[in-house]
Amino acid sequence: MRIFRQIATLLLPLFFLLPLMASAVPTVDEIVQRSNMTTYYQGQDGRVQVEMMITDSQGRERQRRLTILRIDEAKSDVVEGQAYQGGQKFYVYFHRPADVSKMAFLVWKHLEQDDDRWLYLPALDLVKRIAATDKRTSFVGSDFFYEDVSGRRLDEDNHELVETTNSYYVIKNTPKDLAGVEFSYYTMFIHKQSYIPVQVEYYDKAGVKYRVAKALGVKTIQGYPTVTKASIDNLKIGSKTVMEYTDVEYDIGLDDALFTERYLRKAPRQQLR
Amino acid sequence: MDKRVVRSIFLWTLVSYSMMVSAEEPVLPSGLENLSPEPDVPMGLGESALPSGLDYGNLEPDLPAGLDDAAEFEGDNLSGQDWTVDGFAELRSGLWVDQHRYQKSRPLNEARLQIELEKEYSGFTVAVTADFIYDDVAADRTVALERGQGWLDLRAANIVFSPADFMDVRLGRQTLTWGTGDLVFINDLFAKDWNAFLVGRNVEYLKAPSDALKVSLFHEIANLDLIYMPRFDADRYIDGSRAAYFNSILGRITGTDAITKVDRPNDLFHDDEFSLRLYKNIGAYELALYGYDGFWKSPGGADTVTGDALFPDLTAYGASVRGPVFNGIANMEWGYYDSREDRDGHDLMINNSEQRLILGYEQELATNLTLGLQYYLERMEDYGDYRRALPAGMSAAHRSRHEYTARLTWLTMNQNLIWSLFTFYSPSDDDGYLRANLRYKYDDHLSVEAGGNLFWGDDEYTFLGQFQNNDNVYTALKYGF
Repeated sequence: MRIFRQIATLLLPLFFLLPLMASAVPTVDEIVQRSNMTTYYQGQDGRVQVEMMITDSQGRERQRRLTILRIDEAKSDVVEGQAYQGGQKFYVYFHRPADVSKMAFLVWKHLEQDDDRWLYLPALDLVKRIAATDKRTSFVGSDFFYEDVSGRRLDEDNHELVETTNSYYVIKNTPKDLAGVEFSYYTMFIHKQSYIPVQVEYYDKAGVKYRVAKALGVKTIQGYPTVTKASIDNLKIGSKTVMEYTDVEYDIGLDDALFTERYLRKAPRQQLR
Repeated sequence: MDKRVVRSIFLWTLVSYSMMVSAEEPVLPSGLENLSPEPDVPMGLGESALPSGLDYGNLEPDLPAGLDDAAEFEGDNLSGQDWTVDGFAELRSGLWVDQHRYQKSRPLNEARLQIELEKEYSGFTVAVTADFIYDDVAADRTVALERGQGWLDLRAANIVFSPADFMDVRLGRQTLTWGTGDLVFINDLFAKDWNAFLVGRNVEYLKAPSDALKVSLFHEIANLDLIYMPRFDADRYIDGSRAAYFNSILGRITGTDAITKVDRPNDLFHDDEFSLRLYKNIGAYELALYGYDGFWKSPGGADTVTGDALFPDLTAYGASVRGPVFNGIANMEWGYYDSREDRDGHDLMINNSEQRLILGYEQELATNLTLGLQYYLERMEDYGDYRRALPAGMSAAHRSRHEYTARLTWLTMNQNLIWSLFTFYSPSDDDGYLRANLRYKYDDHLSVEAGGNLFWGDDEYTFLGQFQNNDNVYTALKYGF
């Protein structure tokens, strides 16, 4: 009887928690897939106006204004079976500052190979192919990396659910290959209902937190929970970038042909407006 | 119930709860909080601690400093209502490293104001870009738009429209570029400004504008660009007025003492140029075929009687491919220059026909550090005829000119300090050219620049060696708006 009691003592709490866990906690894979879909793949295409404020360690401010158009290869938002995943194309048009005004940047993002990137320089009428393959390079001089804007492949990291709080799934992501990255791991606080990563913290090889990405504002647009303001703090350098997203629109029926050399040379004004 | 059971439940609950209120956890943005089905926000997740904008009652996040003036963003949109105005003001000044006897006192010393206007009407867009220049070095300030001389350089004045889904048209003064070379051109036979390039202007001035009609046709099979220039747009070639060069008639390096006199094809609709490009992407690879009918863009011959430099007839065709190879981008471009006035190569005074080839590769070596390498070949046709036509005692050009180029670009200080080094080196001619440039973007408007152009060569008459008296350094201050 004493043994039975001891076993019961150990197991009883589990009986209370198990049904809760089963209903509330999806698998790690499901969490990261849903979060990835919400952050980068919502709708079949989209447009956003971006206003960026870069503040360097000395407090000097630089401003960027750009329009981003996006189209997905996968015509689905279904997370089950990863139907939403696939290549994507991005068209980035720069409005400000003056030295990059009217430049256009085209990215064909692939899941299985390096992205293709082109930059159009209007003063030279030059369509330049960009050789850069490092995705953890600053995007237009900001604290955002290319990877922050277009996404990081999920299979590049091992994901571990380290904590479930009232609001968040806390996921620790450890890269499978440390060579290509400057972090040793990063922790994501993924909002349980919307799957928006509200905060992402990067730790360096010494285990020190040095970089924090935050969602500062969220709106539900056309039914999609959408980050409308985000920031990245570089704690080591002391710089910070705040991005604001306005005029967000999804499923506007963008033509795949928009993401070609034709529209690098001739900006698609209707779609940029 | 056993005391220990109660204690265990208590402990479990406590542990679970303490995990929920973990101090490291970010506070919920307020829009997300309302999505939560749970009625109670636990301790530490109270309303007051939430970031703004996630609350449905307060959808507008606070604007950060510097962005709070909404009016600041209104002037440069694409609304199509008004002319958009961009531009810059620039001071640029240079010095010869070792001044040649027949050279102006400085390579350049100028103030420039560029105004770029654009307006969108229903169905078409009008663009005008004009540079107003005070050029301290120029001998003549009267405006000659096609030669790029004087106080006004009209860089663009064109309209763009799409008469059909599959067609874009650009009519008027415009800059035209295609091909795969980096500062080396084969099938891009549009006008270049070699003076601007050698004396230290911004590299965007290497391209001179053309007065042209460009029709682009788009189809799944392939795309086609057709360009018609009703009057020959020559390069803004090196003529001695600013940069000294080897004058083959006089057999020595000349400058202002013997400015090239040219007999330029100039009849509207008669001395015209025609360019085409047929291109298609297959996966990540860009394939193109090119054609050109017109004239050698820089002097390619001389009149035996007058001694004037000529722009002999030229027909060219070629092909290129560009795409990812290993961890970078590789390109290959080939072209055949058919020098129609000297097809058999007998005429010493007219350029022979040539084969040209570029092999290039560019790769990111490290974050923000990129290396580009190219091999470039010019190979003369009918070399035997050329040698036979050559008078005794005159130094002969090699049949093949081999050239290597290396471009190193390094972005530092959040990409605000840009180091650039471009080197040309020809082992066959034993000459070279080094372009160095350092640019710092002080803020969103102001940038400063310093650079230099250095040339060397064993002989005075080789392609790069002829510029060896033009070594220069320059600085610039630019304000963009």
